[in-house]
This record gives sequence, structure tokens and C-alpha cells, in this order.
Amino acid sequence: MSAVSASSARPAGQRFREISGQIGWGIVAWVAGIAFFLPVLWMVLTAFKPESAAETWPPKFTFSPTLSQFRLVFSGWGPYVTHSLIATTVSTLLVLLLGVPAAYALSVHPVKHWRDGLFFFISTKMLPIVAAIGPLYVIALKTHLLDSIWLLIILYTAMNLPLAIWLIRSFMLEVPGEMLEAAELDGAGRVRQMGEVIMPVISPGLVSTALICVIFAWNELFLALNLTTTNAATLPMFLISSVPQEGLYIAHLSAAATLASVPVIIVGWIAQRSLVRGLSMGAIK
Amino acid sequence: MAEVNYVQATRVYAKGTPPAVDALDLDIKDGEFMVLVGPSGSGKTTALRMLAGLEPLDGGRVEIGEKDVTWVHPKDRDIAMVFQNYALYPSKTVAENMGFALKMQHVPKDERDRRVREAAKLLDLDDKLLDRKPKALSGGQRQRVAMGRAIVREPRVFLMDEPLSNLDAKLRVQTRSQIAELQRRLGITTVYVTHDQVEAMTMGHRVAVLAGGKLQQCDTPRQLYDNPVNQFVAGFIGSPSMNLQTVPLAEGGVRLAGTVLPLPTAVRTAASQAGLSELVLGIRPEHLHLADGTGELTGEVMLVEELGADALLHVRLAESGNQVVARAEGRKPPSPGQQVTFHVQPDDVFAFHPVTGARLAG
Repeated sequence: MSAVSASSARPAGQRFREISGQIGWGIVAWVAGIAFFLPVLWMVLTAFKPESAAETWPPKFTFSPTLSQFRLVFSGWGPYVTHSLIATTVSTLLVLLLGVPAAYALSVHPVKHWRDGLFFFISTKMLPIVAAIGPLYVIALKTHLLDSIWLLIILYTAMNLPLAIWLIRSFMLEVPGEMLEAAELDGAGRVRQMGEVIMPVISPGLVSTALICVIFAWNELFLALNLTTTNAATLPMFLISSVPQEGLYIAHLSAAATLASVPVIIVGWIAQRSLVRGLSMGAIK
Repeated sequence: MAEVNYVQATRVYAKGTPPAVDALDLDIKDGEFMVLVGPSGSGKTTALRMLAGLEPLDGGRVEIGEKDVTWVHPKDRDIAMVFQNYALYPSKTVAENMGFALKMQHVPKDERDRRVREAAKLLDLDDKLLDRKPKALSGGQRQRVAMGRAIVREPRVFLMDEPLSNLDAKLRVQTRSQIAELQRRLGITTVYVTHDQVEAMTMGHRVAVLAGGKLQQCDTPRQLYDNPVNQFVAGFIGSPSMNLQTVPLAEGGVRLAGTVLPLPTAVRTAASQAGLSELVLGIRPEHLHLADGTGELTGEVMLVEELGADALLHVRLAESGNQVVARAEGRKPPSPGQQVTFHVQPDDVFAFHPVTGARLAG
């Protein structure tokens, strides 16, 4: 429409440059997209291969698919999935439960020294978890929480809370002050303001925050590996069990990894509209 | 319905900075439409928020209905406010927005719905809009919902913070008269903040002009126009604004455009008593009457703004080179470059102290 009428007015040389520019960038975008997707594609395909066909280089794209790897995964992963589900959902709920009031106290109704509080939260992420594993192990041992699902819940909550507070706080800052003043004039106390005004406005942001916490908790390996053995072993630990001393069971690993990604993808799919809104909140005033 | 009093009300934002509102004394009568007008930073919005209870007082007090409400919580002051950006709750429907305050007061649902419907009718809000969310409404409709939210509460005082500034020009003019009419019908004391002096002049029973946190003058629009108490009010009220020139005193009057403009005796006496050698002269554009060569003030037309019914002439006066704006007939205005003369009645001339801005012999 407008492109057609506009392009007919411009000299042919410029038009050629424009179109070739668009095509060029299109190609770059496709190449980049495919490059990122290719390893995932390979992993999913390998999941359908028998172990012998999996360890070839260059990778085979034609083969006779089999579901034997998936059967193996399903037979083995039961308790791991349960533990992952429990640890992830409970810790994410706790994060939201604790993070929302914390973010409120650091944004809408700031407490004294809120800047220090905020910095303290983010500073906890500055320490590499490897440095903390020693003391964490000892504490877990002394409190008899080693290899307990509650230990993972507590640690995952602590791990995700700073990020959640920062995200939720930024969403709360988007709530116009006038709206809260109007609610105050209407007779809403602070709790009602939170429930009736703030929460509905930031709900897309809460969904995207929850999703990020779910992803981090679901994929967390280091803490689970070092602090649990059987009673609370999570899915990532099941994945690395495909990498025993004797060799790499790559087809089994691919099947397990494919299945392990599915829940997060489903949640992300369901939440995608909220995710886009939540992540771009505040970008356009 | 109640009267509102500001008694030496003061608000200082940071220690050491000049007050945002400086010892404001203002009495608003029951049922009156009082407009607070002034440029940005004049303290008018702060004064309104002090009345609402959204801004604490650092001195003085605020009274509603002769009761000191300085430390009373906003929701207990029995007031309702319309915010500049409407501040509607985006997740609630129009009906829920308007009924929210009543819900907080535990008003039963039927009563709530009845009052919401009544307010919607008063504001010409269609029934089917009641179930929509604010984002599905136009700017004008949102503004009416914001007003409806205030009306539904049947408060003692209405507070309005520049409610028309987000509307386009045509809608603004239309809504202006609707608000004034509504206030007349409901008879509720209203305090209205605006920076637009046209809104102030057309809507208010009385207008309070603020500048730099201080009250300059509180009077009816007519009085503000005819009898400004200082240079600021004179220059602020009236569009196009009054021509203000610093001119030297001469025998019998002041020297302007190469001639002596006579001033009333009272003004001359006041000037000499104050020991002034010059003063600020104020002449409204419509008081510079175009005279065919017989006027005492001469000048050259620099620019003509044709408004249809009138024309505004930007004239450079002779000798002193002062620029003035004069109002002339729209039919056949002079053209740029033309030499013109003006006649001025001595009674139409204002004189102000060059330092304090106070009116001389008001």
C-alpha cells in the first residue's frame, strides 16, 4: 500500500538497496534463529534414536525412530519429578508471598533505609554459590535437613527472592501514585489498596516473575547435587545420572532433557501473553 | 456542604527552601465554586492536596465546616477529589470504579447501584458504559467517570485538580460549562485548581490567584479584571495579557511613546509619596483605541494577528521602542509597517510600583 506508492516515487538504485538490505537482515535473522534452535532440534531428534545410532558424528538426521529411550526415562524418573515439582512450586509460592510485601516496603511505601535494604538483597546474589556450599552443608547437617525437600524449598526461596523483589518492585513503581491516593480518599486502607489496586495492576508482572522463579528452581543443579542424595533428588540430578563413569548415554540424556523441558515450556506457553505484558511493562508509558 | 477555611496554612518541602504554600489565608463559602489559579509552582495544587489530606501541613490549619481537619485522615474528611489524570482503577468496571468508595463505606449493594446509576445519568454516561473497563473509554468519558466517582459520594467538598487539562480544546470548552452547571445544580462547595485563567474566569464564583506560594488576590472574576491589586494579577488575568511597561514619570503623568500620558492625581500623589522616578504602566489591549492619526500614542505596526472578529496588533511605540499589543476591529486592520496612533482614557490606565508590584492608588 504505502510502501508500493512510496517505492514507485524513489529512484531504482535506492529501492534496490532497501530491498536487498531487508533481505539481508532477514537472512541474518533466520540464520541466527536456526543456529540457536539447531542444538535443541538435535537433542529432540536424538531422544528418538537408539543409543547406538546416537553417538555418531556428523549427526544422523535420518533414522528409524524408537520410543525405547522415553520408556527408560519414564520408568526411572518418578521420584525425581515429584521432588522437582514440590520444590519448585512451593518455593515459587513462598517467593511471591514474601516478595510482594517486601517490594511494597521498598517502593510504594518505602521504609527508612530502603536503599540499604535493596542493596542487601541484591548483594546476596553477588556471592558465587560455590563459595557458600561448605557452610550450607554444615548448617544442613546440624539442622538435620540434609537430603530433605524442605532444605531445597528454603534454599530455592532464598535464591529467587532477591530477583523477585527487584522485579516486583519495578512493577509496583509503575502504579501511578494518583491511583493509590484516589483509593486512600475512597477509604481503602493499605491492605485494601494492595489487594484492590496494586495487585490487579501488577498481575502480569507477577506472572512473569513467577515464571522466572520456576525456571531457575526447576533447572537448579548445584545445590540439589551437593545437599541431597535420594530423598529429595531433583530432575537435573536424574539428567546427570545419564553421564556415569562408563560413558555418555546420549540418547537417554536427550530423552530425559526433552521431557524435563516440557513442563516449563507448557507453563511458559500458557503464560505467554502475561509474560510479554509483564516484561514490557513500563517500557511504553 | 460546608465552608472551607485555610488559616495561615503553610507547607515547606525541604528545610531552607522557600515554602510551597506560604501562610495561606483563604475563606471559601458554603456552596461556592472557588478557583485556585496561578502559574506552575505557584502552590495551588499543594494547597488543594493539603485540603484533601494528601499533603501534611507545616504550619497553620485547614478547616472544613468550621472544624479543624488538619490531622484528620483523608477518608474521614467527607471530601471527594477528581485527579488530573483521572486515576481510575484499570482492573475495575466503570460501575465498580464509581462505587468503590461506597463499598469501602459498607453501603449495601442496591443502594450503591442506585447511586451509581443516578450519578451516571447526571453526567450523561450511557448505561452500557457501566460494565466497561476504563481502557475501553474515550478521554472525555473517562473524565466523566472520574467526576462520577466523586459525585456518588455526596461529599461536603469537591476538589478538582486540573480535570480538563487532558482534554482537547473543543471538549474542554464543552465540559467547562457542564462542570459549572453541575456545581450550580448540586450546590456542593468546590475547590478547583487550574493554570488556565480562562477556565478560572468563566467557572468560578470567586478566583484566588496564587504565585510563589502566596495568595495575590481573591475576588470575583470581574473585580480581578477591573481592579487587580498588583502587577502579577494584572498581567495574569486577561488574554491577551495587559501591556506592562516601565516608564519614567513626567510632569502630569508618565512619558510614553514620545508624549506625556496623563495620570489621575491620586496615582501621581502615591508615586511621589513613594519617592518613585518611574513606575510600571499597565494598559489592557482593548483600551488602546485605534485613532485615525489623532491619538496621543504613535507607533509602527510590526505584526497583525487576525482572529476573525478582532485583530491583535503588535505595535512598536515611537521613541521608547516599547512593544505593545492592541485590540482592533477584525474587518480592516492596519497592515504591518503602517504608522498608527492610539488614544487611551486616563481612567483605563493602571500604575504599579516598579519594585513591589503593588498597585498605586488602587
